Amino acid sequence: MEVRVVNVRKEFERFPALHDVSLDIKSGELIALLGPSGSGKTTLLRLIAGLERPTKGAIFFGDEDASQKSIQERNVGFVFQHYALFRHMTVADNIGFGLKVRHGGARPSGQEIRRRALELLDLVQLSGLEKRYPAQLSGGQRQRVALARAMAIEPKVLLLDEPFGALDAQVRRELRRWLREIHDRTGHTTVFVTHDQEEALELADRVVVMSQGRIEQVGTADDIYDTPNSPFVYSFIGESSSLPVKVENGEVWIADRPIGLQAPHAPPGEAVLHFRPHDVDLLDGCSGCIAGTVAASRRVAGTRRVELEIGGERRRVEIELPVDHPAAQKSRVAFRPRRWKLFPQS
Amino acid sequence: MTTAPAHAGWRFRQPSVIPGFGLTLGFSLAYLTLVILIPLSGLIWRSAALGWTDFWVLATDRRTLKALEISFGTALIAAAVNVVFGTLVAWVLVRYRFPGRRVVDAMVDLPFALPTAVAGIALTTLYAPTGWLGKLLMPLGLKVAYTPLGIIVALVFIGLPFVVRTVQPIMEELDKEVEEAAATLGASRFQIITRVLLPSLAPAIITGFSLAFARGVGEYGSVIFIAGNLPYKSEIAPLLIVIRLEEYNYPAATAIAAIMLALSFAMLLVINLVQTWSRKRYG
Repeated sequence: MEVRVVNVRKEFERFPALHDVSLDIKSGELIALLGPSGSGKTTLLRLIAGLERPTKGAIFFGDEDASQKSIQERNVGFVFQHYALFRHMTVADNIGFGLKVRHGGARPSGQEIRRRALELLDLVQLSGLEKRYPAQLSGGQRQRVALARAMAIEPKVLLLDEPFGALDAQVRRELRRWLREIHDRTGHTTVFVTHDQEEALELADRVVVMSQGRIEQVGTADDIYDTPNSPFVYSFIGESSSLPVKVENGEVWIADRPIGLQAPHAPPGEAVLHFRPHDVDLLDGCSGCIAGTVAASRRVAGTRRVELEIGGERRRVEIELPVDHPAAQKSRVAFRPRRWKLFPQS
Repeated sequence: MTTAPAHAGWRFRQPSVIPGFGLTLGFSLAYLTLVILIPLSGLIWRSAALGWTDFWVLATDRRTLKALEISFGTALIAAAVNVVFGTLVAWVLVRYRFPGRRVVDAMVDLPFALPTAVAGIALTTLYAPTGWLGKLLMPLGLKVAYTPLGIIVALVFIGLPFVVRTVQPIMEELDKEVEEAAATLGASRFQIITRVLLPSLAPAIITGFSLAFARGVGEYGSVIFIAGNLPYKSEIAPLLIVIRLEEYNYPAATAIAAIMLALSFAMLLVINLVQTWSRKRYG
């Protein structure tokens, strides 16, 4: 089911949590809402589910305006960070709950409900645990049950709120891969919220980066990482370094020296240069480069991270060098970013 | 796999490494013996001195049986009423914020603090045929004061805080997300309450019920004012004990007391077992 969020605004007691957010989610897509806490990602997810009502705007499921419908009518599967299982019900009863509460003809027979619960249990790889109570399961198992429960009602869209947030790193990675498999097999339109960029970039078809109640950028992992469209995305996703610069005659300058970067389309004046610490060329001489004194040098896994002080103002930037690179021994290093982007000074 | 010695049947679970097990257990046992066990065994001792036949005659006396029936019957009904309305009161106090909520919250405890005789007299004044409420109920053919119905009213009053105060904290801990999960799965408000919320409150509700019931069985002060105390009609067992005492008929008094003790113990034991079972299930 295709989901469209159109100019949605949400205020909590006059405090705006979302400002005019619009988003198109394609049918069958696995999409991640990524952002720091307080960015409004969970609010957006809850609005899609109907757990909150928008202050303004509408949400469409296909061509239907879902914002007029109650939570019960929307038929969405929601998975909570802390599982929210019914602890007085067995695993099988938990999964069958959504079918059991249906009325009249829409309600399958008890036998059918049971068959369906066992089938889903098999899908989430927990066969044989149908008689257990949630208290007798591990965190990862509980979250699988929660997902099976959400899928039992054949939801139009599956919504997951930090589904792996409460689990330890090992289980997280395992479940991440597993969720991708389940998604590929069942094809549910799925939206999940996370503050873990690795999770979002690895798992999702498209990533929605959010900050302060606004969508900053929507795109594939490659788009988001390689062509961030705002300073926020640049610094939030992956490592980044930034330096205040000046644009003059289509060239980038630091203090009184051009650094060898051409920016013919940038408007002249003050700007901020962003680049990835590992995406730099080291240079020997320096006519048109960034040069700095080594202030600190740390070994981080397979690389060496060097902190440089640039110019008279001693601005600090980080670059990454191969571990055995001779430049790390020197007191002065010159480099030029290979890929970079200018943003107007905020 | 470790193999337990074959003769080891039941034994103490290894206490934690933190010291104090021996001291605290010893103290608890001594305390319970002093406060509960010795007085109660005195009671058993006295009634045992009666001999089995005498005891049986006193126990099966029609007035005694009727008084026991009234005591336990009214206490059960009152506890059941309190379960329904006490849970409702707890719900309102936990879920809604309204002006005066704190006052209402404090009011719930009043039956704890009020001398029960005062409650009895107040209720009697209200429900007597000439009283405020009694006057309104009379034309409907409802006589409250001086009937078993009056006893129930008094016991409902006395028992309410027990249910509210046991259910309230558990209700406060209910996870909002569980309700939201049920709603997204299509459950109506009614289904959420009956299938999700009440089952998880069941252990607390059972505790509240047993406390209110136990209190109701033993209640004396408020009941004797409103009950009218007609033998065979509205005479409760505790009152009958006092009557027997005033007649210097100690054997009869101890016999009734022993029966009450046995019945109460049996019922509370059953309730406790039900609770253990539900707690195990609902974890």
